[in-house]
Amino acid sequence: MIEVQDITKTYGQGDTAFAALKGVSFRIEDGEFVAIMGPSGSGKSTLMHILGCLDTPTSGSYHLDGKDVSKLSDEELADIRKDKIGFVFQAFNLLPRTSVLRNVMLPLMYAGVGEAERDQRARAALEAAGLSETHFLHKSNELSGGQIQRVAIARALVGNPSLILADEPTGNLDTKTGELVMDTFKKLNKEFGRTIVLITHEPDIAQNARRIITIRDGEIVSDKHV
Amino acid sequence: MSPQRDDPRTFFRNFFRNQNHMTLNDTFHETYAALSANKTRSGLTMLGIVIGISSVIALVSIGQGATSSIQSSINALGSNLLLISPGAQRTQGFGVSGGRGGAKTLTADDAQAISALDNVSAVANEVSGRYQVTAKGTNTNTTVDGVTGSYPAIRNLAIDQGDFISDSQNDSASKVAVIGPTVMTDLFGDDAQAADVVGSTIRIRGAEFKVIGVTVAKGGTGFQNQDDIIYIPQQTASRYLAGDKYLTTIDVQAASSDAMAQVQQDITALLLDRHHIADQTQADFSVLNQADILASASSITGTLTLLLGAIAGISLLVGGIGIMNMMLTTVTERTREIGLRKAIGARRSDISRQFLVEATTLTVIGGVVGIVLGVGISLAVSISGLISTSLSPSAILLAFGTSAAIGIVFGWYPARRAAGLNPIEALRYE
Repeated sequence: MIEVQDITKTYGQGDTAFAALKGVSFRIEDGEFVAIMGPSGSGKSTLMHILGCLDTPTSGSYHLDGKDVSKLSDEELADIRKDKIGFVFQAFNLLPRTSVLRNVMLPLMYAGVGEAERDQRARAALEAAGLSETHFLHKSNELSGGQIQRVAIARALVGNPSLILADEPTGNLDTKTGELVMDTFKKLNKEFGRTIVLITHEPDIAQNARRIITIRDGEIVSDKHV
Repeated sequence: MSPQRDDPRTFFRNFFRNQNHMTLNDTFHETYAALSANKTRSGLTMLGIVIGISSVIALVSIGQGATSSIQSSINALGSNLLLISPGAQRTQGFGVSGGRGGAKTLTADDAQAISALDNVSAVANEVSGRYQVTAKGTNTNTTVDGVTGSYPAIRNLAIDQGDFISDSQNDSASKVAVIGPTVMTDLFGDDAQAADVVGSTIRIRGAEFKVIGVTVAKGGTGFQNQDDIIYIPQQTASRYLAGDKYLTTIDVQAASSDAMAQVQQDITALLLDRHHIADQTQADFSVLNQADILASASSITGTLTLLLGAIAGISLLVGGIGIMNMMLTTVTERTREIGLRKAIGARRSDISRQFLVEATTLTVIGGVVGIVLGVGISLAVSISGLISTSLSPSAILLAFGTSAAIGIVFGWYPARRAAGLNPIEALRYE
């Protein structure tokens, strides 16, 4: 469960200070599929960084599964990311020259999971993400864009996180492949009950979610269920 | 940013801690993947360390080989040895100096008196000069050294065939000679055997001498050939060759190396008294201490070894900077990868460990190859006969330790830089 209370983020100081977020509050229950939408410069990337524990807010509180993570150190944030969050990025998602299986096992390696268990969990995650077993030992640079994103989704899943955070996951894909990737997210949400937060500027993509939070100039302008 | 970033203690504590972290096996797997991604660059970087380490080992072994060969030559002169030679010949006022060693001041009585001093274990008299020596149809010009029976013991001289001069032969001024291997080949041909030469006759300044022994080769001291010499009884040399009672050298062996300084002082005091000289600067003799020769030779070769080592050390340093350069390039190239790893849960210590292990692996592999190459070069130099090298395990251990340390020192900065990257900025890096 995510509970964000009056979060602000200010870059710089004095006259040059720029408020990227000006007091944002919302609550996301377990099992929701939420799209955070807004044009570039709206503050949605900043919000994603804070939700993803890559950054901390200037003020306000952020509770993830009941724990206040808004004032943690770099190292503590790394541990939260490892245990609770799975990322899918727009680009540069996989390690080059590394097999699909090993890419998916990477978060488990940092979590200190044993090799046999890693292998088993990575295979399960890849299957859940809809990638066929024939690709498991391919190098990441031998895959198509859609396959890469599905491997990235599998990697986000493998650590059994509370939250899957996807930052413009279809930004580099054509419409048809993009739909396939969105179907994967929908399936994960519906069949496996995963909490998914999707950051996008495309209304078409946001329509796949069940709830859309629209943000503009650092403030929430709408929050409605589809 | 957390405050622990700049604290090396925290850095290393995190580095060696392993709870909830990647295993050693994973670390090496990642290291292998990273280093084999660009084999040419990894290989060339390693080459810098290989050259550095191998040159340290090879050059230090050459330096130490030179040191030990010079030291053993000097030790071949004899152990705990003091050499007393006459000083310059002086005349009253501002006369012409006959040159150091040219004076006739030392006598057999002086030698007798010295042998009575404390801690003097042996004394040998020498009367030497260069003379033309002939055998059947051949001749040579060589040093003829009139010595007493204690000479071989004092000067580490060993007899190959026959006997050395005895005290009774000295007392009776017998015309017998012991010849060095160089003189033997000069007079009796290159394939002369020592056993055959004993018993034959040579002529020194017209007088006939019977060869009673041949010495074992000693090699040169770097200044003179110790084998190009003929030994005859000192009394014989004084009577038939020099024609006076004066000695050219008195060899004194001290009882121990600790007693050398005391014996040297006592000899100086005794001879000043016997020669009625009040002012030590006017002494008509000089006492040469073997330890002094050894010390000055050692300091020269020690400096040489240090110089060679320093040159090799510079190449090792350059190799280390090469490692750092490559690691910094790698950190820049892999910025987005580092960002991704951090985003999916890699800690600062995971990243720094990965880069540190990469740098250390390069230097350790380079170090091992360098040691093999260095030992090979050292052995090749020995076998080729240029100089006999001496490989010391401590130099090899030191070189290896240095290479590992270079990996840590020069890998530390790039590793810290990689670990300190902000994941957001690293992921956006183009």
